[in-house]
Amino acid sequence: MSTRLVARRSFLAGLGIGVGGLGLGFFAGESHAVEPEGGPPKPPTTSSQRVESLAPGLNPNVFVHIGLDGAVTIVCQRSEMGQGIRSSLPVLIADELGADMARVKILQADGHPDYGDQNTDGSNSIRGIYEDMRRAGATPRTMLITAAARRWKVEPASCTAREHQVMHEKSGRSLGFGELVAEAALLPVPAPHEVTLRPREELRTIAGHLPLIDGPAYVTGAAIFGADIRLPGMLTAVIARPGVVGGKVVRYDASRALAVPGVRQVVELPAAEHPWAFKPLGGIAVLADTTWAAMRGRAALEITWAPGDNASHDSESYRRQLQAALAEPGTVLRKLGDADAALASAARVIEAEYYVPHLAHVSMEPPVAVARIDGERCEVWAPSQHPQSARTEVAKALEISEDNVTVHVTFLGGGFGRKSKADFISEAALLAKAAGVPVRVQWTREDDVRHDYFNTVSGQRLSAGLDAQGKLVAWRHRTAFPPISSLFKESDRPEADDLQQGVLDLALAIPNVSAEACEARAHVRVGWLRSVYNIFHAFAIGSFIDEVAHAREEDPRTTWLEVLGPPRYMTLKQLGIEELKNYGQPLEKHPVDAGRLRHVIERVTALSGWDTRKQDGKAMGLAAHRSFLSYVAVVAAVKQGPGGKLVVDEVWLVVDAGIVINTDRVRSQMEGAVIFGMSIALHSAITLKGGAVEQSNFHDYRVTRIGEAPRKIHVEIVESDRPPGGVGEPGVPPVAPAIANALFALTGKRVRELPLGRTVVV
Amino acid sequence: MKFRVNGVERELEVDPEMPLLWALRDVLGLTGTKYGCGQALCGACTVHLDGQVVRSCVTPVARAEGRAVTTIEGLSAAGDHPLQRAWCELGVPQCGFCQAGQIMTAAALLATTPQPSDAEIERSLAGNLCRCGTYTRIRMAVKRAAGVAGSEP
Repeated sequence: MSTRLVARRSFLAGLGIGVGGLGLGFFAGESHAVEPEGGPPKPPTTSSQRVESLAPGLNPNVFVHIGLDGAVTIVCQRSEMGQGIRSSLPVLIADELGADMARVKILQADGHPDYGDQNTDGSNSIRGIYEDMRRAGATPRTMLITAAARRWKVEPASCTAREHQVMHEKSGRSLGFGELVAEAALLPVPAPHEVTLRPREELRTIAGHLPLIDGPAYVTGAAIFGADIRLPGMLTAVIARPGVVGGKVVRYDASRALAVPGVRQVVELPAAEHPWAFKPLGGIAVLADTTWAAMRGRAALEITWAPGDNASHDSESYRRQLQAALAEPGTVLRKLGDADAALASAARVIEAEYYVPHLAHVSMEPPVAVARIDGERCEVWAPSQHPQSARTEVAKALEISEDNVTVHVTFLGGGFGRKSKADFISEAALLAKAAGVPVRVQWTREDDVRHDYFNTVSGQRLSAGLDAQGKLVAWRHRTAFPPISSLFKESDRPEADDLQQGVLDLALAIPNVSAEACEARAHVRVGWLRSVYNIFHAFAIGSFIDEVAHAREEDPRTTWLEVLGPPRYMTLKQLGIEELKNYGQPLEKHPVDAGRLRHVIERVTALSGWDTRKQDGKAMGLAAHRSFLSYVAVVAAVKQGPGGKLVVDEVWLVVDAGIVINTDRVRSQMEGAVIFGMSIALHSAITLKGGAVEQSNFHDYRVTRIGEAPRKIHVEIVESDRPPGGVGEPGVPPVAPAIANALFALTGKRVRELPLGRTVVV
Repeated sequence: MKFRVNGVERELEVDPEMPLLWALRDVLGLTGTKYGCGQALCGACTVHLDGQVVRSCVTPVARAEGRAVTTIEGLSAAGDHPLQRAWCELGVPQCGFCQAGQIMTAAALLATTPQPSDAEIERSLAGNLCRCGTYTRIRMAVKRAAGVAGSEP
């Protein structure tokens, strides 16, 4: 079956969006167009046949194929989860190639090591493979130019490639890509490092306002998400999982469930053993013809659970444990001078403790996956952020070779880190094997809220010492949180690689500094959530600098700039550490740059009118943070609404992410980060009692709604020629402290615990 | 039971209590309407029943008997409803999952209130969550589709 054009060309033409190949790579919605009445739906086309298997043509690497007719196919090897990667990476490759986007088709890559690292996490797509992807486009360009130059008997350097043709300007000759493919395909493929990249000014996509390629598919319902995959003979499974991590089924009775019309099978999945890693939790699965029947079947199960070792875990008492841990010295992971002695002799000490609860991802599409088994082979369709990991996990779960697992990546209805973990994909594979038919596992929202890999809970204690002149002479930061490494091994506290997120990489112009990791053990599955530990580190640091400013009765902007110190690249020695993971990048390429953090603070305060930060019943708060190698500063203006409700009225955000490709998608990520950050600041909290999550759906796990969105979110992107930093996550961390600081400026009430809605009316 | 879906007469034999959402998705294969919460808390499943907004995840399919259902697939013949155009022009969607529900809710608003204020837009869309946080652009796009001021980025 061939792929089908999702969007209508006439509509596109009307929009002036010149992208002909739109949405093609995603197996276009058969279930949308062909309703399965009178027979099961056809299986969807795989998301990506490997490019090599396409029609004859020029195919110098796994990312680009040019057909004999000049049609260009570009593989997007990262997952699309709302960051607009399909509107960025393939467009960059096409730009480097000199292709006309109207003649480019985008294919979504399956999970396979041949595509390089496909992990769509850590704000690492553009920043991680920007140059590799440019080389993927420059290679066929080089070959097409060589072919043309040979035919014309001219120097390749005198030729250019642009708008789908190679030109020799001196003689005015040109040949279309299609006319050159057959000759170019016979040339040796140059090594990636041998090809010349275009000078930056030749690239039209960099810092361009590029169209949202999948927009028409999204707004017509044609985009196929993981939840939308339908296979012939497929059953839908809904699973009853242990409410407490480590819980097990003692016994169950499926007779009532099996009596529900439409229910076909009930299957027990083995309970996961510690370490939890990305393994399915286990439980009892009900498989039915429809999702509704499966849900009703699950409700009719009678299960006796053994709750396991975590059944005594309780968020309230755990919080007291964290506080106790913070009262004692922890493992010192950053040391400059002698912070303890300087605090002991300081003229004045300011101290504060902060608390941020567990958070859930609640992507709008709950976890879902489809699997089909054929003999030794398994094929899955899933909204996966990390299809290679999914392949590994499915192979492990089924005890088959990875070569026998194919993972097709659908659109993701949000990810935020949740869909990096393949537990839900392995569930589908295990059930498809057990049931002997294709199985779609659908998590309900309640499943998603209760069985997430939560952003970890944290307590922090910050201490600052001032000398007699009020100058900062000591800074001590204690942080306690169960780290993600607890998924894989025994762990009693965070390590240096965890504290790199905002604690070790904070530029401080203070002579005595210490950062300490304090004891905190995990009783739930913790995992990455959009900006991860930066969320609570930025909240504590951003709030604390504001507290120091208030104690010194000065403008917080002044305090921020004094704490950070003059513009400079921080050496490891100046930071007081021995090494810095630095999000996987060398410091030479991505230094800890105090100047860039200062600059975004200066810009955001200029833009927001910071000097008149309290007037007309409104007050502003400021915070800034470096994360994922980007620098973001935020000013939030708040006011009191009806009933004393805290209203976030307007937000300014300045981001320096180095080189950016698609400015509109960067802007939309920042707008989204403000809304996401507002959920964290105002509403969201996961709490546990008896080891089980107390929340279940959007009524008690609250996120921002449209009526709360600021009147206006102003985003400024710093023009930069620095290597690209992250974009998806760095906007989030400064939002909550900016709002908390604005609340203090407005009301004089300092709230050191998130969400603020626990303390004030929101 | 019989009802019209996007202008086409359909006949189904399903549990009358089955939510309309699952009848559309699992039985009729219309997957543009999304499951997000199952409790009418998020709006991802929004469709029109005789032109009125309903959350199909809590609407028994029996309620649609003899009535007309419109889903995102049937909102316009060529995907060119003014809201769909405005959504693309302003680059509203991020992950896109909630957007069908947002657009269906907004379409019902514009049908009764062709020139909505910010407050009317917010009231109408209060039940539609977007975790990616596209709200400021949604507000702009509704206004652009309605041809009222305030639709410029």
